Amino acid sequence: MTDPADLTIKAAGAAMRAGELTSVDLTEAVLDRARITESHLHAFLTLDQDGAKAAAAAADAALTGGADAGPLHGIPIALKDNMCTKGIETTASSQILSGWIPPYNATVVDRLGAAGAVVVGKTNLDEFAMGSSTENSAYGTTRNPWDPETVPGGSSGGSAAAVAVGSALGAFGSDTGGSIRQPAALCGVVGMKPTYGLVSRYGLIAFASSLDQIGPFARSVEDAAVLLEAIAGFDIHDATSIRGDVPNIRGSLHDGVAGLKVGIVTELSTTGIDAEVRAAVDQTVDGLSNAGAEVVDVSLPSCEYGLSAYYLIAPAECSANLARFDGVRFGLRAEGATTEEMMAATRAEGFGPEVIRRILLGTYALSAGYYDAFYGQAQRVRTLIRREFAAAYEDVDVLVAPTSPTTAFPVGERAADPIAMYYSDVCTIPVNLTGDPAISVPVALDSKGLPIGFQVMAPALGEERLFQVAQTVEDIAGFTARAGLASSEVLQP
Amino acid sequence: MPVEIDIAKVASLARIALSPEELRRYGDQLGAILEHAERVQQLPTAGIPPTSHPVPMTNAFRDDVVTGSLPLADVLAGAPEAEDGYFRVPPVLGDS
Amino acid sequence: MSDYEAVIGIETHVELMTRSKMFCGCPVAFGEAPNTTTCPVCLGLPGAMPVPNAEAIEGILKIGTALDCHVADTSYFHRKNYFYPDLPKNYQISQYDVPICHDGSISIDVDGAATRIGITRVHMEEDTGKSIHMGGGGRIHDAEYSLLDFNRSGVPLVEIVTEPDIRSAEQARVYGAELQRIVRTLGVSDARLEEGSMRFDANISVRPTGSEVLGTRAEIKNVNSLRSLQRAVAFEIARQIELIESGGTVVQETRHWNEESGTTTSMRSKEESEDYRYFQEPDLVPIEVSAEWRDAVVAALPELPAAQRARYQALGVDARVAGVLVATDELGALFEEAMAAGGDPRLIGNWLSGEAVAWSRAEGVEVGASPVTASHLVELAAMVADATLSASAAKQVLTGVLGGEGSPAEVAEARDLVQISDQGVIAAAVDEVLAAHPDAVDGIRGGDMKPIGFLVGQVMRATGGKADPKQVQQLIRDKTTG
Repeated sequence: MTDPADLTIKAAGAAMRAGELTSVDLTEAVLDRARITESHLHAFLTLDQDGAKAAAAAADAALTGGADAGPLHGIPIALKDNMCTKGIETTASSQILSGWIPPYNATVVDRLGAAGAVVVGKTNLDEFAMGSSTENSAYGTTRNPWDPETVPGGSSGGSAAAVAVGSALGAFGSDTGGSIRQPAALCGVVGMKPTYGLVSRYGLIAFASSLDQIGPFARSVEDAAVLLEAIAGFDIHDATSIRGDVPNIRGSLHDGVAGLKVGIVTELSTTGIDAEVRAAVDQTVDGLSNAGAEVVDVSLPSCEYGLSAYYLIAPAECSANLARFDGVRFGLRAEGATTEEMMAATRAEGFGPEVIRRILLGTYALSAGYYDAFYGQAQRVRTLIRREFAAAYEDVDVLVAPTSPTTAFPVGERAADPIAMYYSDVCTIPVNLTGDPAISVPVALDSKGLPIGFQVMAPALGEERLFQVAQTVEDIAGFTARAGLASSEVLQP
Repeated sequence: MPVEIDIAKVASLARIALSPEELRRYGDQLGAILEHAERVQQLPTAGIPPTSHPVPMTNAFRDDVVTGSLPLADVLAGAPEAEDGYFRVPPVLGDS
Repeated sequence: MSDYEAVIGIETHVELMTRSKMFCGCPVAFGEAPNTTTCPVCLGLPGAMPVPNAEAIEGILKIGTALDCHVADTSYFHRKNYFYPDLPKNYQISQYDVPICHDGSISIDVDGAATRIGITRVHMEEDTGKSIHMGGGGRIHDAEYSLLDFNRSGVPLVEIVTEPDIRSAEQARVYGAELQRIVRTLGVSDARLEEGSMRFDANISVRPTGSEVLGTRAEIKNVNSLRSLQRAVAFEIARQIELIESGGTVVQETRHWNEESGTTTSMRSKEESEDYRYFQEPDLVPIEVSAEWRDAVVAALPELPAAQRARYQALGVDARVAGVLVATDELGALFEEAMAAGGDPRLIGNWLSGEAVAWSRAEGVEVGASPVTASHLVELAAMVADATLSASAAKQVLTGVLGGEGSPAEVAEARDLVQISDQGVIAAAVDEVLAAHPDAVDGIRGGDMKPIGFLVGQVMRATGGKADPKQVQQLIRDKTTG
């Protein structure tokens, strides 16, 4: 029999309702898996074994009593450690929040609780979600399960790695410039960024407020849809949350792509893209064409400026969002003779170099005399990119591109070169700027045996069409993480 | 051309205490990053409005209803230093 | 002094009395134990997000439209970035280039001269927490440490900025008083200066009379009464003139008003200008006010103080009296009620602004706490109208009523102030006086009318002031010239 930790959410749910599996057994299996893999991966910052077992027992009791909370009932999931969990340490991988226990839950956490999900732990990330490799964590690097010498991507590298190896059946991350999709691609799992405003950000420790969005990691497109459905929808605690009905997410999942028009974004698919990645993307596009989609090339010239605009907008917002970490009310406090000195010392000691770099960058971009040339101009470029995408969607149903220009890169390779690291997000950043949804689906392994992700993008609130195409991609590629990873050293006890 | 910036002033605005060596290093790195970011200036944007929020919305308000506060123990649980229900900090220099 | 002209602009912060705070569901309350009305949002905890209170937006629209402002179709929240321990997020959510209300005005009346004070902008923001500086006599610079209370953090705050249209300390005080009256009339704030729910900062400069160039200005903070506002502005004007006359120059700085010493002292210079790095608040979306919304706010505005004063004056009440009635809630309420019951506006207005206020000051008791009612006032006015009481007797009766001696009829009776209505008694008193002063009578008969006043006085004295003086005068004329 399959180890329960290797089941999809859908299969595990069916087994539980058939009386073949309990949430306690499933959770034990997942925790066992974490015990085996964590020494190699360091995907988790906190494993809440007692809490998870208690929640699993409660889920079993509820189900026995006829109270079925839905498809996530009793399913063990993991949360990126930048989502506030009441009573469970939440650090955003920063020294400045070491030991901080939030007095409240993020809306997403409450919704998952209501959906019956079992939280197994909090996963590692680049400090405050700033990075593309999870190397910027103050608590150590997470490793890629496909090759522990390589990075899992980032910033949600812990969530991606945990789902890939079965330390959780699903997980949640946050995506500001690709922080869900890029690690999903590098770890061979499905990762999805919803339309901005579809999922509440309340309780997500903010990096860049106009770009951040919480989304799921899963081992299948359908599981990702189930995870998204549990957390989507208006929240009174988030003023940017979209009012109105949640789009139908799974409605057309298996309707195929016949008659749909798919645009390949030229600017994101050629220059600077690894040849093996390009080949895998081309092959997938051919598959979509064979499945009945009309495929066209689409040029979005402003996309080339997306990375530059992003590295002004995100730091500017983060410079304000991270101002509250000052040693006064919570978290780390360094010595200082005056409050002013204490604050400056606390921030110097508590923030890692990448965070300091971005705060300084954003402070500069907003400061008197530079605002218009940097921040203001970046926001106008953002408008141009939005307009180009909107115009493209007049003609095509979805856009596609690689998720990441390369597969997983060696630990340390880009750590010393911020700009090289920033290029990791070149394909994922545009939809953060536009607010549109996008998903990464694993489609192949490269010659080193590392996964390649295929990105599908859709217009705002176009989740139904997005998942429909993604499901077809998954069907065409026939990629399953479990098969590829089965022999990985990290899974050996 | 790397962008020249007054990194000490920026660090002071950001309230981060950095050594001269750190200032120099961050100054160099920021200069290089800004050289790349400056590319946004190549695009003509006359008459283009800025985007602050990707999904256009207006008037997201809440009703004027009291929904409660945290227990004081929770408020002060994470405080580096507290006294008599207050957060305690070293003396404050400036005035605002 | 007349060689110089003062140029003054005032920034006023008004805390709105909504039930909950600006961006969270904590109560707006005063006097609670420290940090007990706080939550993740107003403590600026990681992950917390602001959601604007609709009632606060309604409140600022009331203030803005009452100040005759334009309401922006679309306005925005911005982050104002600066580090200060009582500002939990180390940025304040405020408004910047597009405030919700702008370009209004307010008309003030000083010594009968009406002056228009332009209102530059009215914008929405959030209040900060409070710092207590411990040790060193509570002075910030000598303190050993500070304590922080965030109960006030996030209370809705409206900032009202005038054009530099104010020219004197007296105008500054009258502007402050009028603004206070307006926000209280609107019911959006209790506007208590001593409790800090209304706070003034004054920007003051001086220049040679006739000059069009603005002088360097100083900003005065810590003004917590209307009287202090006037004193602080007067002091600062004099300080600047003296400084210039003695060859010095005014520096741009923030100065602190010391109530005890009656002086301003320098807090910090602004040579290094603040860089607040304003940018649009990405956690909030724009505020859009439709014409319908604005019109509904305007239609629901209560009668404002200026309109109320005009209405009283139209009833025949003096401008000064109308000002007093409108400035004091309890007097205005008594007056309104007395008018509704058909009382004489002029008499009752004068009594309330004169005798009632004087009694209140002398006794240290609010008029509203006295037993006087509107129907007492109406009854008293009727007693003057039907000559039961003389005007002066009526004032004595009112003082008795205020003092709890009973109804006007009871007081008049008890104090023996009712005018003599028996014509025979008065005629007899007149005859007695005429008989006692034959020279005066002869004078009148000879065409010298001056002694009439003297004779009236004698009759009044003889009747203990209870005769109607007009009637007495007529009788004297009849008896001496008839």
